[in-house]
Amino acid sequence: MVGAEMVIRALIDHGVDVIFGYPGGAVLPIYDALFKQNKVRHILVRHEQAAVHAAEGYARSTGRPGVVLVTSGPGATNSVTGLADALMDSVPIVCLTGQVPTHMIGNDAFQEADTVGITRPCTKHNYLVKNVADLPRVLREAFYVACAGRPGPVVVDLPKDVMMALGDYGDGQATAEELARRAYRPTLDPDPARIEAAVALIAGAKRPIFYAGGGVVNAGPEASERLTEFVRLTGQPITHTLMGLGCYPASDQQFLGMVGMHGTYEANMAMAECDVMIAVGARFDDRVTGRLSDFSKGSKKIHIDVDPSSINKNVAVDLAIVGDARRVLEAMLKAWRAAKAKPDKSALEAWWARIEKWRARECLRYKQNDAVIKPQYALERLYEATKDRDTYFTTEVGQHQMWAAQFLKFERPNRWMTSGGLGTMGYGFPAALGVQVAHPDALVIDVAGESSFMMNLQELSTIMQFRLPVKVFILNNGCMGMVRQWQEMFHGGRYSQSYIESLPDFIALAESFGACGVRATKPAEVDDVIRTMIETEGPVIADIVIDAVENVYPMIPGGAAHYEMKLGPDHGELEERSEDGMVLV
Amino acid sequence: MDGPIERHTISVLVENEPGVLARVIGLFSGRGYNIESLTVAEVEAQRGRSRINLVTTGSPMIIEQIKAQLDRLVPVHTVRDLTAEGPHLERELALIKVMGAGEKRVESLRIADIFRARVVDSTNESFVFEITGKPDKVNAFVNLMAPLGLVEVSRTGVVAVSRGTGTI
Repeated sequence: MVGAEMVIRALIDHGVDVIFGYPGGAVLPIYDALFKQNKVRHILVRHEQAAVHAAEGYARSTGRPGVVLVTSGPGATNSVTGLADALMDSVPIVCLTGQVPTHMIGNDAFQEADTVGITRPCTKHNYLVKNVADLPRVLREAFYVACAGRPGPVVVDLPKDVMMALGDYGDGQATAEELARRAYRPTLDPDPARIEAAVALIAGAKRPIFYAGGGVVNAGPEASERLTEFVRLTGQPITHTLMGLGCYPASDQQFLGMVGMHGTYEANMAMAECDVMIAVGARFDDRVTGRLSDFSKGSKKIHIDVDPSSINKNVAVDLAIVGDARRVLEAMLKAWRAAKAKPDKSALEAWWARIEKWRARECLRYKQNDAVIKPQYALERLYEATKDRDTYFTTEVGQHQMWAAQFLKFERPNRWMTSGGLGTMGYGFPAALGVQVAHPDALVIDVAGESSFMMNLQELSTIMQFRLPVKVFILNNGCMGMVRQWQEMFHGGRYSQSYIESLPDFIALAESFGACGVRATKPAEVDDVIRTMIETEGPVIADIVIDAVENVYPMIPGGAAHYEMKLGPDHGELEERSEDGMVLV
Repeated sequence: MDGPIERHTISVLVENEPGVLARVIGLFSGRGYNIESLTVAEVEAQRGRSRINLVTTGSPMIIEQIKAQLDRLVPVHTVRDLTAEGPHLERELALIKVMGAGEKRVESLRIADIFRARVVDSTNESFVFEITGKPDKVNAFVNLMAPLGLVEVSRTGVVAVSRGTGTI
């Protein structure tokens, strides 16, 4: 078997049924091997960045690793943004890159790039395979590393001569010696003593809050079920990070909405005022903590994470539990029941009374008139129209992303795909493509801004070729809304380069690819447009022309403490930002 | 972050594969950690393992981060904080070139003798001294040589091992 055939064989052995890629000179042997079989499907994207985002959408909506195949040089460099995105958001990706033949490496050959050098800081791990004898082991390790512990992207760089060299694939199984050599062995089972300590702390809490993030989603749907079971057992409130949406049912009374810069007032106030914080698979990101020195000063913090380097990174915690979220939550449930633990009922009642007061501020309130569509209204109507089906949402990055996080409600994990850590504009459309490949019959909607959509709209061609009925719901305000919002608030309204001129007519654009385009310019048209979008069988671009100057509220301005939220445009004057605050993004 | 700045000597056992040093160095530069010294060499040829000894500074929280970040690198087998774990030995070797004549030349030889530094090369105008010891000792010797015609210093950086029967 030659190297290229081993690659395909390894994909099959790892249960891969679809890959996303783009051919080129260095990967021709692999494309040839791909041509000669019919077990692995290939989705031909129109840009390598989109291949990685599509694989991310596939991975995050299924829990299985997404696989990418690109050529050397520009193929590999184009994939870098996607890899960095997958690293920040812990998405399991195996990215196979072509490389010039081994004897030409380092000679500045045509389409040569130092792919392992370039991708080292934006992958969980990477490999350059110089000998075909190493190939079967490296491919096994790549899948193992991508999925084990905290997931992430892995690059395997494949020189063309290695792909054409004959070698022995073996039976596809790792030998005991190979397994023993693996240095990477994340801790998955928690320390029982710490579980007991956590249960005691949670039972004794007077003002507790659960703070759950993407780690729960990554630990599989069962982790979300155990989390839901445990939170209900305790009767305590829960909030989510942007990445965690869906791991606890949003319609439940105990859910306070999203936390952080554009999270709800009640979630942020509860985080600020709590006495016990239970972080599960969340990493105390700067979007969540606000000014670190004032972050939840009075609380004991329990931090559950599979990655020890996430613990005590930004915020010092009192009780660290290293382990897989599902296993930790299972152990906590067991320990809670064994100890016959009871939450402090009267204290909890008082705590809920305070939370309800914060909730009564209705921080997401907005005013819809007859003339201009408010983005919040469009999303509320979209949610109403889709809530009774199993709908998958992706987003781009910016204002629309925050509104989507605020107004769409997720009852289950793996239904919400967004670029949280890296904040990659252009993520949502190719990600939606990948989700649709994984779930051909599901309704898949990319909630987009027009500027983000412009960054990867070439994938319209891909969704047409593969008949993927992705819906793009553009909240079109004709500008980079979040940039504009910050310029309005912090840069004296000097809208430097945040308005895009010469936007396309999105209906005509859709039609030029053979897709359907629809538009709403008035609130009264929104429901019809949404209905048409959903009922049309193929891909649709819905161009929702929204209020161009609407801002996202509530907001913790950069550098402010997480209890210093601005609830709306009329809610007090924006304080002069400190110099420390101004340098923050 | 918070806390006093501490100096820690950390030993890391890694898979001896291409790029592993780049991963470690990239981690330090990418996350803004300090490296005071770093040594690397293969220590178990058969199992293909190398040992990296590094000296770094930071607050206790940063030191914890450094260890956790090192530990999650895929080719890393073991991370040991020798400073935190108790008594350990640190040694460094330096080759030091001194040029001069007359009284200064004699004085440099006399001081080398006190420090148990060996003369490993000699011409009519120069000596090369070899000195081994703790970094402090090497520093002291280099400082004393400075006015006596010091022209070149080459140091290995710190190698370290724990005292007693414990192993990495």
